[in-house]
Amino acid sequence: MFESWRGKPLEDLLYECRELLEDTSFPTVARWRDGGGKVAGHFQVYFPEEIAHAAGMLPFKVRGAPVEAVRADSLFGSYLCSILKTSLELALSERIRLDLFVTHPICDAARNLAAVWGRNFPHPCQILYLPQNANAAAAPAYLRHEYGRLLRLLEPIAGRRVSDADLRASLAVYNRNRALLRELYRIKRETPWQLAADEAYVLVALGGLLRREEHNQILETALALLERRTNKKQDRIRLVFEGGFCEQPPLDLLRVIARSCYVVDDDLLIGLRWVLEDVPLEGDPLRNLAVAYLENSSYSPVQHDLRKPKEQMLLQRIARSGAEAAIIAAAKMCEPGLEEQAGYAQALEAAGIPYFIGEFEEKMSTFDQMELQLQTFIENILFA
Amino acid sequence: MEESAQNDSIVGRGNREGADLVRQWFADLNRTAESGGTAAYVFVMGSLTEILRCFGLPVVFPEINSLQTAVRRVAHEYLNQAEDHGYSPDICGYVKADFAVQLRGGEHPMGRIPKPALAVLTNACNTYIKWAEIWERLYHIPVFTLDIPGTRAAGAQTWPGDQDFEHDRAYVQAQLAELIALCERVTGIRFDLDRLRETMGWANRMSQSWRQVLELNRHRPAVFNALTDGTIYLGVANGFRGSAEGGGYFDRLAEEMAYKAARGIGTLTEEQYRLSFVGVPCYPMFRKFSEMFTNWGGAFVHSTYLSFASGGANLGFVYDLARPLESLAEGVLIGVRDAMDSMFFQDRLLLPALDAFHLDGIVFHPVKSCRTTSTGMADARRAVMAARDTASLFIESDMMDRRVVSEAQLKNRIDAFFEGLASRRRQEGASSGLRSRG
Repeated sequence: MFESWRGKPLEDLLYECRELLEDTSFPTVARWRDGGGKVAGHFQVYFPEEIAHAAGMLPFKVRGAPVEAVRADSLFGSYLCSILKTSLELALSERIRLDLFVTHPICDAARNLAAVWGRNFPHPCQILYLPQNANAAAAPAYLRHEYGRLLRLLEPIAGRRVSDADLRASLAVYNRNRALLRELYRIKRETPWQLAADEAYVLVALGGLLRREEHNQILETALALLERRTNKKQDRIRLVFEGGFCEQPPLDLLRVIARSCYVVDDDLLIGLRWVLEDVPLEGDPLRNLAVAYLENSSYSPVQHDLRKPKEQMLLQRIARSGAEAAIIAAAKMCEPGLEEQAGYAQALEAAGIPYFIGEFEEKMSTFDQMELQLQTFIENILFA
Repeated sequence: MEESAQNDSIVGRGNREGADLVRQWFADLNRTAESGGTAAYVFVMGSLTEILRCFGLPVVFPEINSLQTAVRRVAHEYLNQAEDHGYSPDICGYVKADFAVQLRGGEHPMGRIPKPALAVLTNACNTYIKWAEIWERLYHIPVFTLDIPGTRAAGAQTWPGDQDFEHDRAYVQAQLAELIALCERVTGIRFDLDRLRETMGWANRMSQSWRQVLELNRHRPAVFNALTDGTIYLGVANGFRGSAEGGGYFDRLAEEMAYKAARGIGTLTEEQYRLSFVGVPCYPMFRKFSEMFTNWGGAFVHSTYLSFASGGANLGFVYDLARPLESLAEGVLIGVRDAMDSMFFQDRLLLPALDAFHLDGIVFHPVKSCRTTSTGMADARRAVMAARDTASLFIESDMMDRRVVSEAQLKNRIDAFFEGLASRRRQEGASSGLRSRG
């Protein structure tokens, strides 16, 4: 679906990846569909892509885009985040054509999407109720059944039965992907001067646009090339970026941040990296996937788990990555993100960790003021 | 008793007794707080009071506390205080008002609110979850999230006997068992199944009568105002669910409404236009907001608010007391799911209501503070209007924050809506006249 990166040096590979990521005509999705493939669109944050993959579909991460919501704007009220509107706009304008759309009750706004999309498109539009009581003893069994229901929905769309062997093969592809993404984040953490925040982001984000076999090839090549990169370490602040779990900051904003500091960890597109380790291949694959979601996973403001108090998880992320400070961002009008900001700020204050609070929108195009504020923040730390 | 004397004693009884009960409830909470007692913090969509009453826990509904600050015109003081503590102007106003109540040690216009001993919430609204996380931080109390799978797609509800439904029910029932164990730990009181049967019995009385009350508003003229009177009924439906007072109140309310319907007694409004109200009321100017409609003869005879804010009690689901836990799980699943449906799939509720309630128009009222009810409203309106030729009004304001309520703008839009309704009626009259002459 995407060939132009092959055989190129790292800088050119990254350029090609960036071009693809910023192309709001989503050419890989169009090519897949033109070739007779089916597309399962899933809204942020987490979706068990392995199930759609095993059915031979392209799981496509619906995460908005920096486009004008010309038609979608009139289907929503005011006071809503941008990603809701631009995601629908992509489908209404036929920039993307889906065979299925799945949303999740991640927030009060997003849980309305199955109804809104369902009224506007003939293809199935559903809510996947991932457990919101992650601590319930019955949650794994519930989720196992829910994944089975999802599979029953997908099979007639894909036009094929999905066996346990198909599911295990997909789990293996995704396990490889998880390992490669962990390696990418190890480089960010240990040698951040070799991989800027925006570069890492581009490499991760392509996973939402491609079949994972292809994404794995890109990551394997990029990681090999990164080993030979010889950027010099600079005297920059190491920080964690938090607030990119749903609506994505513009790539240029990440570039602005990368100009003045090392982002050693983040929650950008955390859904693509939600499961932290390999999912076992032995036994019931759907149960294994369900257990991994609940028991071996990251954290975000949109999942409540008594074992993972968000501010404690953030403090851990900062400590494990050796960060000195944090950017606590939230997309404009993003309720979970904005609500979390207050809790994060209190915890960071108590821990004596400097933090920078900001808001962004996927469509923003000027960053001068934020860059100035960020530089002032950094100088305050450096010269305190 | 003479008819007029009987009228005096029955008509308006629901409002009088409802207001008394709510005052009594807050007075009890005040006494609890003043004596250092604690309460269970719960929410309107899935309060689980049937279980909590078995443990003698007073119930606090922070949503109701917050809206009361708006009705009493002091919400801005609470909102400002929360915003000073880092909470954004763009999040739910209910959360912020409650946060300020907590900062003030429970100080509230209706009395002191006790601190929580535990919090019980469902996933019917995601803000519930974020809200409870604030109490976790403030008080380090147990928080129990009862996860209730909702309807997966428009019209795709499953029912008892269906494999998918039974899995959902089993999931809910297993969680209820965990909630009971938690309540035992928190209160030191042993769970009593017969006491649960008793609270469920009272909830049955309430649900059956509530459904009857809602259906009686199909009469012309409508027997109650779904916006103003309905909000009083909702206060009792939530605060007294699972109690003898609540069950008795709703029996008497149904009696009052049946009495009014039989005698053609309507509300104070001279009913000209029958309307449905979609969303949450504009509490910062509650009375004035209502008058903007009643002054034109607009009567709210139907409202999605009465469905979702009663947690689905509108369905009249009757628990089977012979198998209480299983039936409670079933009822909670079906009820809370319906509450969610009435927010997300509003068009499915409104289209049949057009004929059943003889509606002349629908008022969609999205509010800044509540994305749950507001996000899909514009599209639901589009869908309803595509399906049926009906008048509708789309007005935005807020349920808490007077800074985003523009009274003049609202009035202009509402006046224009009624002028349109009048014009539509004239045209209908003219064309039916032409038809009859032809």
